[in-house]
Amino acid sequence: MTRQVLIIEDEPNIVEAISFILSRDGWAVATHADGKTAVDAVLNAVPDVLVLDVMLPGRSGYDILQELRGHDLTRRLPVLMLTARGQRTDREQAARLGVNCFMTKPFSNADVIRSLNELVPG
Amino acid sequence: MLSFNTLVAVCLIYVMILFLVAFVADRSAARNKNRLLSSPLIYTLSLSVYCTAWTFYGAVGYAARSGLEFVTIYLGPTLVMIGWWWFLRKLVRVGRSQRVTSIADLLSSRYGKSNLLGVIVTLIAVVGSTPYIALQLQSVTLSFSVFARHRAAGQEFLGLEATALWVAGGLALFTILFGTRNLDVNERHHGVVTAIAVEAIVKLVALLAVGVFVVWGVGGGPAGIAASVQDAMHAAPDGAWRLTGGRWIGLTFLSAAAFLTLPRMFHVLVVENLGERQLFVASWAFPTYLFLMSLFVLPIAVVGLGTLQQGANPDLFVLTIPLHFERDGLAMLSFLGGFSSATSMVIVASIALATMLSNHIIMPIWLSIRSQEATVSGDVRQILLIARRLSIIGVLVLGYLYYRISGGGSALAAIGMISFCGVAQILPAMAGGLLWRGASRNGAAAGLLVGFTLWAYTLFLPSFGDAGAMSASFLADGPFGIAWLKPHALFGVTGMDPVVHAIFWSMTLNTFAFVGVSLLSLPSPLERLQGAQFVNVLDHTRPAQGASFSAAAAEDLLIMAQRTIGADAAQTLFQNQARAQGKEGYLPDTTPDFIARLERALSGSVGAATAHAMIAQIMGGTTVSVDDLMAVADETQQMLVYSSQLEEKQKELTTTARQLSVANEKLTQLSIQKDAFLSQISHELRTPMTSIRAFSEILRDGGAEDAEAAGRHAGIIHAEALRLTRLLDDLLDLSVLEHGQVQLNPQREMLSNVLDRAVAATQSLIMSEDLRIHRDPSREQIVISTDTDRLAQVFINLIANTAKYNDAKFKRLTIRVRVRDDVLRIDFVDNGSGIPIESQAMIFEKFSRLTDTSAAGGAGLGLAICREVMDRLGGSITYLPGQRGAAFRVTLPLKKMPRGGET
Repeated sequence: MTRQVLIIEDEPNIVEAISFILSRDGWAVATHADGKTAVDAVLNAVPDVLVLDVMLPGRSGYDILQELRGHDLTRRLPVLMLTARGQRTDREQAARLGVNCFMTKPFSNADVIRSLNELVPG
Repeated sequence: MLSFNTLVAVCLIYVMILFLVAFVADRSAARNKNRLLSSPLIYTLSLSVYCTAWTFYGAVGYAARSGLEFVTIYLGPTLVMIGWWWFLRKLVRVGRSQRVTSIADLLSSRYGKSNLLGVIVTLIAVVGSTPYIALQLQSVTLSFSVFARHRAAGQEFLGLEATALWVAGGLALFTILFGTRNLDVNERHHGVVTAIAVEAIVKLVALLAVGVFVVWGVGGGPAGIAASVQDAMHAAPDGAWRLTGGRWIGLTFLSAAAFLTLPRMFHVLVVENLGERQLFVASWAFPTYLFLMSLFVLPIAVVGLGTLQQGANPDLFVLTIPLHFERDGLAMLSFLGGFSSATSMVIVASIALATMLSNHIIMPIWLSIRSQEATVSGDVRQILLIARRLSIIGVLVLGYLYYRISGGGSALAAIGMISFCGVAQILPAMAGGLLWRGASRNGAAAGLLVGFTLWAYTLFLPSFGDAGAMSASFLADGPFGIAWLKPHALFGVTGMDPVVHAIFWSMTLNTFAFVGVSLLSLPSPLERLQGAQFVNVLDHTRPAQGASFSAAAAEDLLIMAQRTIGADAAQTLFQNQARAQGKEGYLPDTTPDFIARLERALSGSVGAATAHAMIAQIMGGTTVSVDDLMAVADETQQMLVYSSQLEEKQKELTTTARQLSVANEKLTQLSIQKDAFLSQISHELRTPMTSIRAFSEILRDGGAEDAEAAGRHAGIIHAEALRLTRLLDDLLDLSVLEHGQVQLNPQREMLSNVLDRAVAATQSLIMSEDLRIHRDPSREQIVISTDTDRLAQVFINLIANTAKYNDAKFKRLTIRVRVRDDVLRIDFVDNGSGIPIESQAMIFEKFSRLTDTSAAGGAGLGLAICREVMDRLGGSITYLPGQRGAAFRVTLPLKKMPRGGET
């Protein structure tokens, strides 16, 4: 069965890059660029894993994740968080919210693929 | 028959003998051969100043009028000497340890060295003693008149008033000569005390001689006297000889109180005391003396009543009986006894009063008038002597005036009681001060004033008679007819003897005021220190052991002084003192004078209480108790007074602290902004780099890519690289603008030209976004003189923003130019949906990108740069609300342009 990944990221070039490498690795990729509607998008799609950016227009990635953790469907959803800031406080906040993997941009493509495969073994 | 002249001659000889005695005693005291002087005998005899002419003459008169009641006058002191011996010891110990010079000084010292109390007590003492001194004048005058009545024909008597004046003058001279020949630090007068002791013997011998003569010579022995007493008792007016309990208790109390508080008694009892052994002996010897003095009073009275003609003044029986029986020698002795009684009282009383007057009233006034240097130079001594002499004269003048005003008619005993009651008002404050640590200055002052006022109202002022201060109707009906204010029946209490009435009200309300106000008021630190030292005086002082202290004490003092005031100052002080005492080296005898000097020197650097405690520790006079140390701590607390300046400084510091806190907040804010900025830059840099890295990795890894995809990926890498470069350019540009290092190149150019250049620069964007720009070239024909390249940069930014963010279907931009008040206004208004109000305030901040701008490739620095540029050019750029679309207004003053560079 094909594993589903949802990428929530506003930078089109980054979305394209991640989509490209994950598709090539055999994932079914969905994308979403807006922060405000991100929770609905996740609840609709219910992916196997979520790739979440922190600095999104309209709503921060932390905020979105906190709400997702309150829903039964997404309480244990594996999340790979991407941030361009990568300060210690970010890392701590991510840990508090139960982020499974935390990566600072720019990232290595191989790392993203390996992490997602660990989170959702194929 | 004795002639009047003989009498005067005998008096003068007697006075000269007394003077000689005093002189010799002073000389031997100066040479320290004071064994006799410090003997308890002299002390006991000097206490006999209690027995004045009142006791000598008046007691007999008293007995003739009221029977045994006169005994109360002797009973009070006897009870004090025997029953209150412990209190006297305390009083004497305090007197010595505190170097008390008078009863006013005692109260002043006890209640925090308050001169106010000193003044009050001095006034009470002076007013209270005035009738007493008048009494002595009266008795001496009367005794002269007795001899005058018996004078040989042809000799003239001066008249009573003139005699009184002469007596007063003589006594003043006598006292000045005796009492103020020199000044003693301790206010001790060995000569006077010795002379008074001699007078005490004369008094006693005279009275005993008259008594023996009366009993065995006239009265027929004790049995005959007993019969006469019975006769006299029956002959006396109804009830006059009856013993009434109220009067007995009242008068005994009064004489006991007066014994302690009369200025002259305090003087001989405490100030002239040379050791507790004297007091110990006096506690039984003085009652014996009083007993002997009172032994023959009643016999003389009854014999006088029986043998002398009706209407003879019983106050003079002691004189008139010997004269009646023509015993001139005995009469002379008796006269000298009375004279001794009067003179000794007047001398000691006026010395004591003069000490108080000069120390508590004259000197403070004089010192406040004179400038500071007087206390340093030596003329204080001279001034003090003059003050003493004037005080003595003043006291005697007052006594004389009272004698004249009161008419000299009252019985001696009655006048004496008025005095007793007046000075007894000091008792509550004095006894309370020695026994109760809670006694406070305000309480003492309140008690004294209340008691004194009541005494004056109920006893003293009425004593002047109808013609005096109070009219007959005032006395009978009260002031303004208010019955309960009648001086002899206060608050409606009638039927009381006037003296008992006065004692009752004055002492009761005095005590209430004293205790009440003391309980209500908080004592000052100094009061607490003095209170502790007075009340606990027996616990931490030792009885005097003579005046010799070892050289070891002097050495210890030197060591301590060196530590306190510095080695040089201490050594100089000690050396000078030693030299003044006629000694070589650095160790003077520790005389009271030297100790006082040292204490003053030390208190200059450590405060009075501390200095006193330090010296006391070494001298062993006073051990430092916890209370004393507490007081020292209190003194430190007083230093807080000095901290008013510190408070001032503290205020300044508070202001500074507040300024610092504001600055700190600013810095914190800046730091937060800086962090946010760095975080923002990090994000802005990492985002394009993420794309670049991701796509370059895809390209590097090759694999399943087709050529088209590879080309697309390379294009993204290229675009993102440009975006990074632009970002860095903007950052540098902004940094340069913000830090004022920008170099402006002003040039004159037509505004239309600048706008043309901006439109040209954004031509490709305009084309791709299909933006239409509306301009009115006729209004753009304005020559501006500024850095037109920078201005063009602002225009480019605004045009590009519209091209990128205008969300209208058909993008349109209108550029309007206006000049108003020499200010050029260029408005850029588009037809988009504009910028929401809540965001308008922040669009000029760095990285305040409102929407996803990655498509436009902006970094969110454009408007921030525009604002900085316009700032540099002396103009401004603002958002213009209310134009439907997004609208920006650029202004530029036409007249002058700021100099480029560092402004």
